Amino acid sequence: MELSRRDILASMAAAGATQVAARPSAASVAQRAADPFGVLVDLTACIGCRKCEWACNQVNHLPAVPVQAFEDASVFASLRRPDASHYTVVNRFPGAGEDDKPVFVKAQCMHCDDPACCSACIVSALEKQPDGAVTYTAWRCMGCRYCMVVCPFQVPAYEYFNATTPQVRKCTFCHERISQEGKLPACVEICPPQCLTFGRRSELLALAHRRIAGGSGRYTDHVYGESEVGGTSWLYLSGIEFSELGFPVLGDAAPPRLTESLQHGVFKDFIPPLALFGALTAIVRLFRPDGEKPPAGEGRQP
Amino acid sequence: MTGHGAAPVRKPLLTPGVLLLLGLVALGMVFAWVRFASGLGAVTHLDDRFPWGIWIAIDVATGVALSAGGFTTAALVHIFHRRRYEALTRSALLTAVLGYTFVAFGIVMDLGRYYNIWHPALPSMWSGHSALFEVAMCVMAYLTVLYIELMPIVVERFAGRVRLPGPLGLLDGVVEGALRFFDRTLGRVMSVFIVLGVVLSTLHQSSLGTLMVLAPSKMNPLWWTPILPLLFLLSAIAVGFAMVVFESLIAARVFGRAPEMELLTPLSRVIPVLLFVYLAFKVGDVMIRGVVTRLGDGSAASLIFLLEIGLGVVIPLLMLLSERVRRRPGLLFAAAAMVVLGVAFNRINVFLTAFTPLYATRRYVPSVGEVAITVAFISGLLLLYRVLVSVLPVLPAEEQPQQQRTGSRHVHAAPPSSIGRWSA
Repeated sequence: MELSRRDILASMAAAGATQVAARPSAASVAQRAADPFGVLVDLTACIGCRKCEWACNQVNHLPAVPVQAFEDASVFASLRRPDASHYTVVNRFPGAGEDDKPVFVKAQCMHCDDPACCSACIVSALEKQPDGAVTYTAWRCMGCRYCMVVCPFQVPAYEYFNATTPQVRKCTFCHERISQEGKLPACVEICPPQCLTFGRRSELLALAHRRIAGGSGRYTDHVYGESEVGGTSWLYLSGIEFSELGFPVLGDAAPPRLTESLQHGVFKDFIPPLALFGALTAIVRLFRPDGEKPPAGEGRQP
Repeated sequence: MTGHGAAPVRKPLLTPGVLLLLGLVALGMVFAWVRFASGLGAVTHLDDRFPWGIWIAIDVATGVALSAGGFTTAALVHIFHRRRYEALTRSALLTAVLGYTFVAFGIVMDLGRYYNIWHPALPSMWSGHSALFEVAMCVMAYLTVLYIELMPIVVERFAGRVRLPGPLGLLDGVVEGALRFFDRTLGRVMSVFIVLGVVLSTLHQSSLGTLMVLAPSKMNPLWWTPILPLLFLLSAIAVGFAMVVFESLIAARVFGRAPEMELLTPLSRVIPVLLFVYLAFKVGDVMIRGVVTRLGDGSAASLIFLLEIGLGVVIPLLMLLSERVRRRPGLLFAAAAMVVLGVAFNRINVFLTAFTPLYATRRYVPSVGEVAITVAFISGLLLLYRVLVSVLPVLPAEEQPQQQRTGSRHVHAAPPSSIGRWSA
């Protein structure tokens, strides 16, 4: 019982309508973020055609390369990663099954549910949107690149050779297409074998577990992104272990929960800093040695 | 009360050492020009895997740590009233002022959109969830506090004798009025700024450690720990006094003075205590987290970790326990230098050595341009220190030359100032 593209588009339009009707308040953002959109990538279905790379370049105005160029299989010789002018790339890994079929793995921003990059960002240039997308607002950015330091998937890239207006560059989850235009992400729209499925994250998780249950051993029993670093909007199904396909082995805890609790512990309603200030002021006054006048009293000596 | 009996240093400025520093600054400026004309990629070895290099690890993180002498000395003298150390406070303050100023320069050099550096101050940009935001706000506030704390020294030197060159002379009255205003007001509020400076320092010294806590999966577990902020704070407090000893002994050597051993010897008694507290948390941390067994695996990381703790903490701690070491300038200098370099090594290890990004095909090694710019910043800092101690009464007045040159001394006999006592 898979989600058809028509179902998805219908639900998209409905989502778009509700969004126009009610500008999201903080509470509704939180509610909707509780079930953001996502994409389920079924690695057993990917044939490595790289049409997703081409479509991504078109939509995001990345270097325009003719679609035929993406049929060149020689790029699979070395591991590629998303960079400032490629938001998504497909890599080939040796298969492990009896048929030894290679496994193709599409990489892009995972759009974490609780993103370290957004927690890191000093000016909120990176933000988790209610639709699931982690977006970047260039004019806010200072270019400190802390987001790149903390990303557990090593995704954000930088324009190091732009001297004046360098940007942090990464997959946008086609934020405007999915939240305002009622369209699919460009890569999902073009994917011929439908190994990419777009939908609500909760529905995609249910679908992924149904596929594992009904696949009679076709899949490893692991939906990558279901719990990694607190969960991601992009989810993966695979026939072999994810660690053999270049996926980092990550814990379930979202790193921002730890640092933000440290941060909020130190700054709780500004009470600890004020208490320290008060205590030190008290020490200055209480322990002043005998015979030493307060500074204001010294002033007017000739 | 005329402050500390501090006076501008009377030594020829254009020495070979100063010329060398000028040359190094000029060399760095060539690379800085390329960086601003052609982008970070043209000068640095930074890439998508290694977004932070030595400008963050040395110019910023180490710069902040080694400027800690400003707040530890201010706390010792003005909060805990250990007045005998007052003679050391001015050079510690100047070091902190220059240290943080160059931290700001280092950040500007590293930011891709440096012209947006003021964004965190805008309420519409505030991002309370970000540890870096907290660091930025505290550093901005503390830099302001440091310049306010420096003001009494400027007042002491220039109030009543403002003579600006050329057409700027028209402003003499305005500047004079401002100095008089500071003289009247600062004395009453300086204790608030000194306490504020200590609070801001504890906050951002620790938050600087929180930064890398957010990248647990990309950090070597020897250095990654949830108590990194505490370790950063404890090591900053320990290195603060070591830095004061270190620079005081260097200044004595450079200016051909007798080292102030009557102050440095008792001051350095507290350093092993502070080092021990830091060491206890550092060792307890690797034991409790169960990563202590990694230290025996013979890897480069474990060797570096042992070097950092051994040479930077344990050996100077043991040395400074000995009265003999604390009394001998040479041995005291060696111990203080080990503490200073040990903390610098720690910051470099946390930000660079421990950082192991995914999919890296090479290690980060700083480029010639990155090194040249970092060297230029350090040289510029030393140069400004050298110039400012010649202009402002920072270092204790020398007694013998004072008597010999009585005639020329009247310029520097500071008038009674209400804030001399507070000029940290």
